[in-house]
Amino acid sequence: MSVGFILLVHTALDRAAQVARHWAGSGCPVVIHADRNVPEERFDAFRAALAGNPNIRFVEPRRRCEWGTWGIVGATIDASALMLKSFPQVDHVYLASGSCLPLRPVPELRAYLAERPRTDFIESATIDDVDWSKGGFDHERFTLRFPFAFKTQRGLFDRFVTLQRGLGMKRSLPAGLVPHLGSQWWCLTRPTLEAILGDPRRGEYERFFRSVWIPDESYFQSLVRLHANRVESRSLTLSKFDFQGKPHTFYDDHLQLLRRSDCFVARKIWPQADRLYSSLLSNDPQITKNAEPNPGKIDRLFTHAVERRLRGRPGLYMQSRFPLSDRDNGKSCGPYSVFEGFSDLFEQFESWLSKTTGCRVHGHLYAPDRAHFAGGEKVYNGCLPDSAALRDYNPCAFLTNLTWSTRGERQCFMFGPADNQYPTDFMTGDPHAQISVITGAWAIRLFRRKATSEEVRKEAARLQRIEQAHVERLRAHWAKARIRIWTLAEFIEAPMDHLQEILDEVSPRGARRLTEAPRLTDLTGFGRFLQELKNEGMNLHVAGDFPAGFDPAPLQPDTQRRYVVK
Amino acid sequence: MSVIESYRLRLRRKRYRIRAFRKRRELTVVADRTRAIGEEDVLAFTTLRNERVRLPYFLDYYRRQGVGHFLMVDNGSTDGSSQFLADQADVSLWTTQASYKRARYGVDWLNWLQWQHGHGHWTLVVDPDEFFIYPFCDTRPIQALTGWLDTCGLRSFSAMLVDMYPKGPIDAEAYREGQDPFEIASWFDSGNYFISRNPLYHNLWIQGGPRARVFFADQPSAAPSLNKIPLVKWRREYVYAQSTHMLLPRGLNRVYDDHGGEKTSGALLHAKFLNTLAGKAEEELARGEHYAGGREYRAYRDGMANRTDLWTKWSERYINWRQLEILGLMSKGNWA
Repeated sequence: MSVGFILLVHTALDRAAQVARHWAGSGCPVVIHADRNVPEERFDAFRAALAGNPNIRFVEPRRRCEWGTWGIVGATIDASALMLKSFPQVDHVYLASGSCLPLRPVPELRAYLAERPRTDFIESATIDDVDWSKGGFDHERFTLRFPFAFKTQRGLFDRFVTLQRGLGMKRSLPAGLVPHLGSQWWCLTRPTLEAILGDPRRGEYERFFRSVWIPDESYFQSLVRLHANRVESRSLTLSKFDFQGKPHTFYDDHLQLLRRSDCFVARKIWPQADRLYSSLLSNDPQITKNAEPNPGKIDRLFTHAVERRLRGRPGLYMQSRFPLSDRDNGKSCGPYSVFEGFSDLFEQFESWLSKTTGCRVHGHLYAPDRAHFAGGEKVYNGCLPDSAALRDYNPCAFLTNLTWSTRGERQCFMFGPADNQYPTDFMTGDPHAQISVITGAWAIRLFRRKATSEEVRKEAARLQRIEQAHVERLRAHWAKARIRIWTLAEFIEAPMDHLQEILDEVSPRGARRLTEAPRLTDLTGFGRFLQELKNEGMNLHVAGDFPAGFDPAPLQPDTQRRYVVK
Repeated sequence: MSVIESYRLRLRRKRYRIRAFRKRRELTVVADRTRAIGEEDVLAFTTLRNERVRLPYFLDYYRRQGVGHFLMVDNGSTDGSSQFLADQADVSLWTTQASYKRARYGVDWLNWLQWQHGHGHWTLVVDPDEFFIYPFCDTRPIQALTGWLDTCGLRSFSAMLVDMYPKGPIDAEAYREGQDPFEIASWFDSGNYFISRNPLYHNLWIQGGPRARVFFADQPSAAPSLNKIPLVKWRREYVYAQSTHMLLPRGLNRVYDDHGGEKTSGALLHAKFLNTLAGKAEEELARGEHYAGGREYRAYRDGMANRTDLWTKWSERYINWRQLEILGLMSKGNWA
């Protein structure tokens, strides 16, 4: 009862030699196939370094093992035949590469296999069931021909595929063969391997697989289904692929992770990972805890890495993530609320809002003089300064910086027609934005200013134009924000209902009825003010239909009247 | 991408190469040890002037990281930098008295040296006050990174400049030779950067940080660029177009993902704001060899005179690369 290793090597020969010595020294036969691309002198040195070890054999002649081509399978077949012939005591053959590293002592592997003497460990799934092959070819791996090398003859490769697709060329599979795919790294029993190599139709299969795309992931995986007694469809080798189909590499800092994986062999190991080689290449049973292989933690690590590469962190704009608009996932990092006109209509609206919702409430972040951060701060989270010049230099970055640096805490801020209007489109298209507008409410401030009517009229006309344009943008068909727009007259009819609606959305779970209302500002004479503007030829229509004599009920500032809603 | 535009850029690249070729005559070799460069070595390229006090730590830092050879241009130092460098076994040194400004702030000289010695190597272009960090730099040498980039078929690697500053006036604590500068300047801005995309070169233009916040709050467009692509698998037809901010051919500038994903990136910790800045600012203003009439150095001199404190209560204290990763200044991408 013994396990023999086939070692396919092409680079980092010293590491391969180190691993081969370890296995051979632990009593396991090793058959090595070195790529023909390895120069003669380096191969000779490699062989000399391992010379005299009765457990080590070299396959000759060497084949050229180009990625994705038949050479790798051919080399594996040659090595298997040599293994079966030279080492009759071998019951299991384990296929490994030069960048593989055993994670557990050889006796543990031997014991594991001895308990499962008739089991073939080879990942093998029908092409209908798996989608792990990267790059699109599933069925076409088998139905098209791939005479050109992917890496060195890419142009021809692509053109020939397109040609075959265009002509509808398809070739038929050898009768009885069901194509299966799986990891290249397997561990097969002697009877299975002998049956595969001794199959009378082997020539036919070989001819077929010679022009299959990446046959090393399908030749044994398919044939094993014809010959095996019991297939355990998983690889004993821990090998993870990233989204481009390249194997992940293990470094020194993965040591603990590899130890806890309890897999028998891992690939691929960075050749300079001295600590991995010195710590793991040992038959000391202390290094692992003798459990069933469980690569879950490593899986999560790599899945997370691929996720980071493909989706990134929503709302983050940085040197290596700069999504074009509409191709991002999340324009901003988290939900935020924009209030327009509220701080004009209500007195001390900001402190009321912050008390009611527990959110961070800023003043007019886009005010012309500076960004009015909550609490009058000069610099905010992430060292964001309040300078208007810096903010206006890139107004959207200002907002995304704020939401990124305060992630986890909802930001609210005031906005109005006197502010920098640039971020309107950004906010409109941002599903994280909640924009509530009381149009015309800014006129209250003008009304209170008691300036000359000429000045007021001009200013009112200017702001009205800006607000109109703003509201038009908010109503765009591509708007993704949660947008509510009222005229001042509309809003004032049922202010508490409207506020409740907004706040329910801000904190849906803590949906409480409002017990304390914000205080309405004194509007006595505001209707008259609007009428006078109108008389002068300036129709302030954005405020809605606000009759001249209409003074809303809570207008007396001194009554301290509060809406209490049960 | 119009054909004409591409062709214009091609001509521009050729022009930069011709410049580099002509400027080669300004360089006088002091110590040429480039024969010692190994096939797989990562090479560092640097121009400097009067940086003697910084050099020991600088060299050690990059040696520890796995840089195999340093190719340096000394632009008329008078503080013994040249002698110190000439004595280092892994440094090849050239010297020049020519104008820094007219060599496009040293880019032409380094383009020439990279052309000559960088072909086929991973090259790292850093100033003596820039310290490269990348994901896992505390456990993996730079060869792990370059090897991985090779596997992924990537030719260039982004590392944004992160300005580091002390708490209190910039010159409060004196930097000693051999000291880790980030023991003094250990703070940085974590979320105060604004980015736009250069439509011609396709690189990102990043500004912000403490320099924009304090020195350029009134004229942000003049704030220094922080985007850098210092690590490139060099080929002799490549050129840096402007400092290490952008390269030609412009495909090398595509170090970011524009579909929402994150590519792997690092950072250059910038140890500019030390007490050494005062002397530097005076000297550079007198020389007038810096970008935009030394605008930047004038701001620094005034700032130093006013004992400006760059620190705010929102400043972050540097711990390690993981912290920068979490803050979103750099990314592991899919390297795990």
